[in-house]
Amino acid sequence: MADETKPQGEIPTPPARPVAPPPRPPAAPGPDLSGRTTTVASQGGAAAKAATTGTATAAPSRAGAREADDTSPLLTRRAWIGLAWGAFSAASAAALAATGRFMFPNVLNEPPQQFKAGFPNEYGMGVDERWKEKFGIWLVRTPEDVDLHVSGFYAIVTVCTHLGCTPNYLAAENKFKCPCHGSGFRTSGINFEGPAPRPLERARVVLADDGQILVDKSKHYQRELGQWSDPEAFLKA
Amino acid sequence: MADTKTVAPKEGAFTRFWNWLTETQAWTSIFRHDMPTTDRNRVLVMLSNVFLHLHPVRLRKSGVRLRYTWCMGGLSFFLFLSLTLTGLLLMFYYRPTLEYAYTDIVGLREHVPLGIMREMHRWGAHAMVITVWLHMFRVFMTGSYKPPREFNWSVGVVMLVLTLLLSFTGYLLPWDQLAIWAITVGSNMARATPFLGHEGPGAALMTLGGVPLIHAADDARFALLGGTFVGEGALLRFYVLHCVGLPLGIAVLMAVHFWRVRKDGGISGPL
Repeated sequence: MADETKPQGEIPTPPARPVAPPPRPPAAPGPDLSGRTTTVASQGGAAAKAATTGTATAAPSRAGAREADDTSPLLTRRAWIGLAWGAFSAASAAALAATGRFMFPNVLNEPPQQFKAGFPNEYGMGVDERWKEKFGIWLVRTPEDVDLHVSGFYAIVTVCTHLGCTPNYLAAENKFKCPCHGSGFRTSGINFEGPAPRPLERARVVLADDGQILVDKSKHYQRELGQWSDPEAFLKA
Repeated sequence: MADTKTVAPKEGAFTRFWNWLTETQAWTSIFRHDMPTTDRNRVLVMLSNVFLHLHPVRLRKSGVRLRYTWCMGGLSFFLFLSLTLTGLLLMFYYRPTLEYAYTDIVGLREHVPLGIMREMHRWGAHAMVITVWLHMFRVFMTGSYKPPREFNWSVGVVMLVLTLLLSFTGYLLPWDQLAIWAITVGSNMARATPFLGHEGPGAALMTLGGVPLIHAADDARFALLGGTFVGEGALLRFYVLHCVGLPLGIAVLMAVHFWRVRKDGGISGPL
């Protein structure tokens, strides 16, 4: 492919092919090896002999039997190579699966999903930002929830439902506002302005055994799916 | 009168040295041809050198019509080489950890001599994306995707995707606010993947004996980030992808792409 100015295709005619070799005598039909391994086959010489002498009228061509003087290979070359390819493919598939599993770490250096947020009497009404930086949660105490109409606590996950930035709490305007694209949310989490398509998500919040508030981020509740009515999405207090 | 004899002027010292040098065993082992002063030697130079033999020995005249070819493909390749070299040099000073990433990028500007390597790499990346798009546009406008060149077009599209992924992964490495939030936004799209994303359609169907297989810590986004948010796992993964994984992939595809152009008779030849 050195010269690309001349037109392609000027292939010289090959020299005359040699005459085909003389045909070989037709090969004897190979033994029927269905269901047999080579070990069985090699041991089968003696066993087959015993079988055939035991049942003298049994045809040697029945499945599994091999004539005593049969010298054809136990596995043809094609069968061997097929076996090798099969083993290689299986090994490759296993290696690929292992590589895929490799990409999912078993240990994460991330903050724990659950944490104790102190006692209910440590909180006043409104949005508390003390856990925002460390755990990504606003703990909100309200005298009347927008859906349940009771007083208590809920935990808002600090992830904007538009594309995942962290909104800011604007206390003066009593709303959450995302700096990325301007999504606005009420203190309940309900979206009312900007591109956010749905309300902020709430995390599971329950009372621990020692009376502290336990926030569990591994479970989220979405209002648009009706999940804010779940008893663990709101801590009555 | 004394007999006059014609004597050739004694060769200069340099000429004699050169003649000696080019006949040493070392030289003739490296260069298996003479100087390219004849057509035959010019061809031999191209053919006997592994780097040069990737080029054709001769070009059609249509191959140098700049208003037709724009040379954007060649420019993209040149930028890729330049990005590889500048990127390699950046790797001597950059550490992909939460503690050092941002400081090292600042250090590449403030502490390293000349301090332009990071900007060259960044500008080169922007330029490569532009030249790749212009190349695609040119190929489309000149109809160079038509049979038998359809496969090469497809290879080129995959290379376009890899180029954009290289930009995406490289963007995270300075670990500044732009980087973190851009990658957060970009990777959040992965959680909406059908069946493989934990917020995508069909994720609830992927259970095995009641155990959910796809959740926030086990979906396509998790595999991309190496975590549930953009943190140290994402930084290291993106670093490896950006420096090794994606360049290897795109280099293999470049080999196929250039081979196809050569096989079809050279750049911008008529069908």
